[in-house]
Amino acid sequence: MTSASSELDTHTRTYLAVFGALAILTVVTVTVGYLSLPVGAAIVVALSIASLKGALVASFFMHLISEQKSILWLLLLTLGLLLVLIFILIIAFYDHAGTIIVT
Amino acid sequence: MAEVHGEQSFWRKYIFSIDHKIIGIQYGITALFFLLFGFILMMIMRWQLAYPEQPVPIIGWLLGEEGILLPEVYNSLGAMHGTIMVFLGIVPLSVGAFGNYFVPLQIGAPDMTFPKLNMASYWFYFLGGIVMLASFFVPGGAANSGWTSYPPLAVIATMGQTMWLVGMVFLITSSLLGAVNFITTIIQLRVKGLTWMRLPFFVWSQLVTAFLLLLAFPPLEAAGVMQLMDRLAGTSFFLPSGLVVSGQVLEVTGGGSPLLWQHLFWFLAHPEVYVLILPAMGIVAEVLATNIRKPLWGYRAMVYSAVFLGFMSFIVWAHHMFLTGMGTTLSGFFQTTTMIISIPSVIILTAFLLSLWGGSIRFTTPMLFALGFIPMFGLGGLTGLPLGLAPADIHLHDTYYVIAHFHYMVAPGTIFALFAGVYHWFPKITGRRMNETLGKIHFWGSFVCMNGIFMPMFAQGMAGISRRLWDGGISYQFAQDAGVLWSNELISISAWVLFLFQIPFVYNLIRSIKGGEIVDDNPWEATTLEWAAPSPPPHGNFTEPLTVYRPAYEYSVPGAVKDFLPQHQPEEG
Amino acid sequence: METIPYTVTPREDTGLINAKLGIWLFLASEVMLFGGLFSAYIFLRLGAVSWPEGSSILNVPIGTFNTLVLIGSSVTMVLSWAALAEKRFDRFRLYLGLTMLLSLLFLVVKGFEYSEKFSHHLYPASSSFMAIYFTLTGLHALHIIGGLVVNGYLWGPGSKMWASDPERFTNRVEIAGLYWHFVDLVWIFLFPVLYLL
Repeated sequence: MTSASSELDTHTRTYLAVFGALAILTVVTVTVGYLSLPVGAAIVVALSIASLKGALVASFFMHLISEQKSILWLLLLTLGLLLVLIFILIIAFYDHAGTIIVT
Repeated sequence: MAEVHGEQSFWRKYIFSIDHKIIGIQYGITALFFLLFGFILMMIMRWQLAYPEQPVPIIGWLLGEEGILLPEVYNSLGAMHGTIMVFLGIVPLSVGAFGNYFVPLQIGAPDMTFPKLNMASYWFYFLGGIVMLASFFVPGGAANSGWTSYPPLAVIATMGQTMWLVGMVFLITSSLLGAVNFITTIIQLRVKGLTWMRLPFFVWSQLVTAFLLLLAFPPLEAAGVMQLMDRLAGTSFFLPSGLVVSGQVLEVTGGGSPLLWQHLFWFLAHPEVYVLILPAMGIVAEVLATNIRKPLWGYRAMVYSAVFLGFMSFIVWAHHMFLTGMGTTLSGFFQTTTMIISIPSVIILTAFLLSLWGGSIRFTTPMLFALGFIPMFGLGGLTGLPLGLAPADIHLHDTYYVIAHFHYMVAPGTIFALFAGVYHWFPKITGRRMNETLGKIHFWGSFVCMNGIFMPMFAQGMAGISRRLWDGGISYQFAQDAGVLWSNELISISAWVLFLFQIPFVYNLIRSIKGGEIVDDNPWEATTLEWAAPSPPPHGNFTEPLTVYRPAYEYSVPGAVKDFLPQHQPEEG
Repeated sequence: METIPYTVTPREDTGLINAKLGIWLFLASEVMLFGGLFSAYIFLRLGAVSWPEGSSILNVPIGTFNTLVLIGSSVTMVLSWAALAEKRFDRFRLYLGLTMLLSLLFLVVKGFEYSEKFSHHLYPASSSFMAIYFTLTGLHALHIIGGLVVNGYLWGPGSKMWASDPERFTNRVEIAGLYWHFVDLVWIFLFPVLYLL
């Protein structure tokens, strides 16, 4: 076995390990869902787990861990703009005269 | 995607071409058509405003038996004038046409990185245009809720609004494909030696523009999908509960918010303003540098300003929404960012002005248009400041003052820059120069008429005349007292005369293709790389591999033999 | 006449091939597309008097199953690329075929979920929750279908390129993979937001 192919075998092992981690995290997040935590805590836990899973997929399946820095900057810029949109919408909801949504 | 370029059929070569130059020309012709079309819509509206409820001459028969422009048709024309001018006219002309044709040339590339995506981008744009045109013939006519399509009005509007949304999805797709292509091309295909600070300013402006299109358009696409769901699937993303229309409570699920649309819409539409203006600044920079025969003043500052402008344009959007009951914290934030964003624009404009100082100016037609751009853009910019501050905006919001402000940016601003681009680059595209006399008639006529149209609107707006209204509504009463109503006629006549002054341009453009004065590859004695290619450039653009040795605008270098040093020329010789 | 450079070998100063940069730019715009819908979800939920718990309407076990299916398809996708890097074309075909089967399975389950909702008279117009549920999952399903088309092409007619230009073909599979992982990533966020919260 050449060194190149053994390196690839480690890659395959990494992929399978990541798959295991993702599966476990999925089960964990569902289990936590059945605990009926207060809404605030539930949101924090669920989104943290989702972010962790997302980071695993991006880092290993999408190879961001070894990708060029320019790609990382592009993604950071995008995420920054998205957070601006989300947070300003949240602030717009609270900082407003009268009721914003009539239900 | 490397392509094998052998003999090509007519269809492959001119219709479904993957050559960036052909696609650029396709974009240019289509966009000029839409500019004219959008202009005609506005001329019909101006008849109603000048001579209310009198039969429209010449094309009145299209509007019904009496030939009178009805309010619902007026609303359609207004909404479609905005949509067509922005999304089908100016952006495709400045980005699709000039960007496509000249970005690869200016960076010394053989084509765009993804030629097939480039073709797809044009055809999505074309489809979007067809859908928009077709919408005039559906029951109820074209979209009539303004180019901003604010719900709840847009959700309960006639079928034209659905067409508008579908058309927008096509146009957004086209823009996204284009933006991906532009950014990759500029980052990956610069020739050897063309470092970032040696890029022509036009390329920088296109790069920032592409980023704006890439990241600002998708939220509007999301909002468009939601509005389609509201209209077709009966959801209530944008409809509150208990909505009353014509005295009746609407039966909807409710729970939605019209404000949500406004936020998502302006998240795109404010960056879109810079999509309209940045490429125009880029063209003006090229034309100025060529015709003042000296380097642009403050090139680096201009580049940093353009990039900063791009960033800032994402966090100013809610200054369009001061009247929506926004709280003071948020309004304070957006007023501050709006004041900050004016700084980089002023830096760029100042750089243009200072560049003129000490130049030996050639007053060619493109230069006249570029020079016209500077004060017109300045006027538009300065009159925008009061709109960025809530106390003044509350008075001026939705009046003709706003119309005057942004038209100064895009009509005698951006469109003048686009005309400058047409005259400046026509020799590269065809190998012939356009007629100077006709060009000067075109410029001076347009310059006077543009001001005749938009200058009185400031006064009208300050007197309180509301935009969008067919008969002016109650705002005409205030205007009557202020004595500004008479200027409606002046504005309309200026608009029609402006149309007449476009005839020499169209004639000049068509005639010069075959009958213009034949010129060599670099008739303006310019320094940037597009002039190193033959005119018109062949497939693959350059006859020999290029290397770049110096910044973009090396004019009148002391000690040089000629007053310009092309970027690709190795050493003085 | 030149051909376009950096289609296979990376440009020195950027370290990237054209298609890699292109797909990441496209994915950045996709982040903003789904992000726009997410922010709408947050805004509407903030303003709602009451918001149903996802698990009271949607079937969590089925959703969990589908999540695992999609994660599985992501693994097989990346393995199919790794197989090409090892120059093992038969394995590539096997793994990419598995990816497509799993994505079909995902769609079938999704369709089953939809029809179940319809049979209980739950439509997009039923509530704000159902509206955002159908819009987000519908748009996501469209992305799955798009991925299926691309992967189907690379599995079938497009794989001829393996014989003529293996390096470029491997790149194509990697690019398609990046898109596919992104679709998976979106679902990783959709699942807890819609089903669990």
